[in-house]
Amino acid sequence: MPAKYALLINGQSFSVDAEPDASLLSILREQLDLTGTKYGCGEGQCGACTVLVEGRAHRSCLTPVSTVSGKSITTIEGLAKDDRLHPVQQAFLDEGAMQCAYCTSGMIMSAVSLLNNKHNPSDAEIIQFMQGNICRCGTHPRIVAAIRKASAAGKESHP
Amino acid sequence: MTRKVDFAAGLEPERYELHSPSSVIFETGRRDFFKFLGAGIFVVCAASKAAGFQESGGGRRNGEDNLPQEIDAWLHIGDKGEITAFTGKVEVGQNIRTSLSQAIAEELHVPLNSIQLIMGDTQLVPFDMGTFGSRTTPVMNLQLRRVSAAARDALIALAAKQWSVDPALLSAADGKILDPRSKRSATYSELVKGQQITQLLPAEDPLIPAAQWKIAGQSVPKVDGRDFVTGKHRYPSDYKVPDMLYGKVVRPPSFGATLLSADTHEAEQMPSVTVVRDGNFLAVAAPSSALAAKAAASIHAEWKSEPQPSNKELFDYLKKNQLPPEERNDNLRYETGNVEPVFSSSVHRLNSTYNINYIAHAPLEPRAALAQWNGDQLTVWTGTQRPFGVRSELATAFHLPEEKVRVLMPDTGSGYGGKHTGDAAIEAARLARTAKRPVKVVWTREEEFTWAYFRPAGVIEISSAVDHDGKIAAWEFHNYNSGTAGFRTYYDIPNQRIEFHPVKSPLRQGSYRGLAATANHFAREVHMDEIAASLQMDPLEFRLKNLKDQRLRAVFEEGGKQFGWNKPGTANHGFGVGGGYEKLGYVATFVEVSLTPATGDIKIERVLTAFDCGAIVNPDGLRNQLIGANIMGLGGAIFEAVEFENGHIVNNLFSKYRVPRFRDVPPMEALLIDRKDLPSVGAGEAPIVGVAPAIANAIFAVTRIRLRTLPMAPLLVSQGFQLS
Repeated sequence: MPAKYALLINGQSFSVDAEPDASLLSILREQLDLTGTKYGCGEGQCGACTVLVEGRAHRSCLTPVSTVSGKSITTIEGLAKDDRLHPVQQAFLDEGAMQCAYCTSGMIMSAVSLLNNKHNPSDAEIIQFMQGNICRCGTHPRIVAAIRKASAAGKESHP
Repeated sequence: MTRKVDFAAGLEPERYELHSPSSVIFETGRRDFFKFLGAGIFVVCAASKAAGFQESGGGRRNGEDNLPQEIDAWLHIGDKGEITAFTGKVEVGQNIRTSLSQAIAEELHVPLNSIQLIMGDTQLVPFDMGTFGSRTTPVMNLQLRRVSAAARDALIALAAKQWSVDPALLSAADGKILDPRSKRSATYSELVKGQQITQLLPAEDPLIPAAQWKIAGQSVPKVDGRDFVTGKHRYPSDYKVPDMLYGKVVRPPSFGATLLSADTHEAEQMPSVTVVRDGNFLAVAAPSSALAAKAAASIHAEWKSEPQPSNKELFDYLKKNQLPPEERNDNLRYETGNVEPVFSSSVHRLNSTYNINYIAHAPLEPRAALAQWNGDQLTVWTGTQRPFGVRSELATAFHLPEEKVRVLMPDTGSGYGGKHTGDAAIEAARLARTAKRPVKVVWTREEEFTWAYFRPAGVIEISSAVDHDGKIAAWEFHNYNSGTAGFRTYYDIPNQRIEFHPVKSPLRQGSYRGLAATANHFAREVHMDEIAASLQMDPLEFRLKNLKDQRLRAVFEEGGKQFGWNKPGTANHGFGVGGGYEKLGYVATFVEVSLTPATGDIKIERVLTAFDCGAIVNPDGLRNQLIGANIMGLGGAIFEAVEFENGHIVNNLFSKYRVPRFRDVPPMEALLIDRKDLPSVGAGEAPIVGVAPAIANAIFAVTRIRLRTLPMAPLLVSQGFQLS
């Protein structure tokens, strides 16, 4: 049965009507018009739908809305503060770490999650953590370079 | 001789570029630019026949205005100095929005960010056959440079008239026309104020030579990169309009199945759900994607299926199911000299067969379309490499004149040759017509893996004969099904027979990055390695011995030098090379692999690709494309293959179909050869072709196992090796 869920997204409160098993991804995209979070596979295999829940990467396509009610959710739209890009966003721009960029939101959110929990990851640790995110255009080396750069640049605290 | 023909082939769309359109046909039944853009200068570039593709039936019907029939590009400078260029090319991640803007900015002497590029909107841009075949840089980049140069000269003429001076004395810089003698200057916006000038492109207009480029030729970041890292950019699947429904198609259990019956009662009872059954098309639309999925799942449909081959019997099937001779085309065969006498007298002869599996594009953004009817006017936003092709498909499917259909292509989540057709557009439009509301259809990953089309599978047979001094004397090459792209050899061989054999494909197949060039280069470059091994010659030296083309020699030689080809190898390490000429670009890829004998682990240690595509427009963008093509090439080389049986795809998810991930990517290097003296050509495709043969040859060097099938992993695994 549909129910009301209170969601805290990018510091803003929303109330949505949804089936309890509705995916967070579908709520973000269809009800809240937060389309920066992408659909890529629906089985948690590509990472395009990655968002942060309490600062940690979650695949929103497999996250039932009922499980994140009241928790702090961050999407790609909520990462920049005012006009200032998050260091990971800036590093992706600086390294040209994108082609079609459809995977970029998910890559950035995963990278932010990694750096939230590990301040100076090695390349091997970056690769290990990002293994669940697919880039079909083949920008992997640039993405690793961008994360390395953001890791060096982003000592300040971020969500 | 070979080169000349290959050049011509580069201008013609490959058979597969236009193959396998959406087959749905339903049973039922002067752009005013100044009004749109305001005053200013409007420059039109009339297409030259030699510069573009030949018409291939349908599509170009833009005779509804007074403009010339053949137009490639146009550009407008408004009275606020804003510059808007229009092109039918589309952005799918190859970064042409940036590289084309660089070309315009260069010729107009304006900052890059002053340019707006309108791309792929069939109502606003000139006809374009599509974004494929690496044609954007050699053709559209040049056209936009020409219109920009013409606009610059029109501005100079305006200033010259205003100041009563000889236009030859004036110059353009920083968005202004300058008179160096009187020190007068006028901005573009001052000059065009109140003007309404339409200028046809003059036949000859001097362009700035690449050696003098200031904006073109530089590494500049993606012009709208910030919109992508903030999630602001709207891809086709992100589009939304008021009152919109979500569509879901009820798919048959197998390809070509016929719908016998459908119980749609339950779905029809659901609130605000529309059900459409039209021929074999069965679909629903609902206010949310969840409800659409639920409604579709509630439908009980009965289908009639036909038995179909599986991938287990694929290569036999391809050999046995050639199209009859009367359906073949002469240009699918090439012959020079006479191979037979050489083969019968040669002591050094080799015959090998190579197999290529079907692979999937798997663009991360699946096919998506949003369709909206306004009376009998249809507007569709969709991700496609052929907006005008999709317009034609829609016009045909709905029995509409093309003027009633507008297709818009927002910058899309990749294509790789996989988004030439309008399947999702037709589905969304069909649903929207019945629902009388806009409908968006976004394919699921399973749908994308099943109902899109694939890179053709193929069987390639090569026979060769070599003189005792290492010169190839005869070359016979037969390609079954995979295609003609790159099937001609660029090696200097006096006797050749090269033939393409069309086959009734068991799967829907079509274009893919590089088309059949990957398959043909794989077979040819592995065969070259086989000959070299049989002669105990160095594979690079053997290639150079049989190669006259200077640009191709250069990528092999300079790439080999940079790679360290001649340096003594480490124990259990092997080198491999593969290269060629494709889509006007010259490429050689070098690979080093290592083997751990105790475990059988094979590791790709590094990859280097040398590439020459003429004058480089954006070095960083080119490097990004080249490495990207190399990484994409790894997948098809090592592990990607479409598994199918009886009309359905078995590995239809990312959990079943492996694509290259972070751990699969070895260190990669690009060696760019910048030929400022030569025209710029495309780079999205050619760098993919050398990867597979270079890997196969490097693995042979270290294991002595000859890999003649793509992908290579299954055979290696069966021999006790693992590839990492």
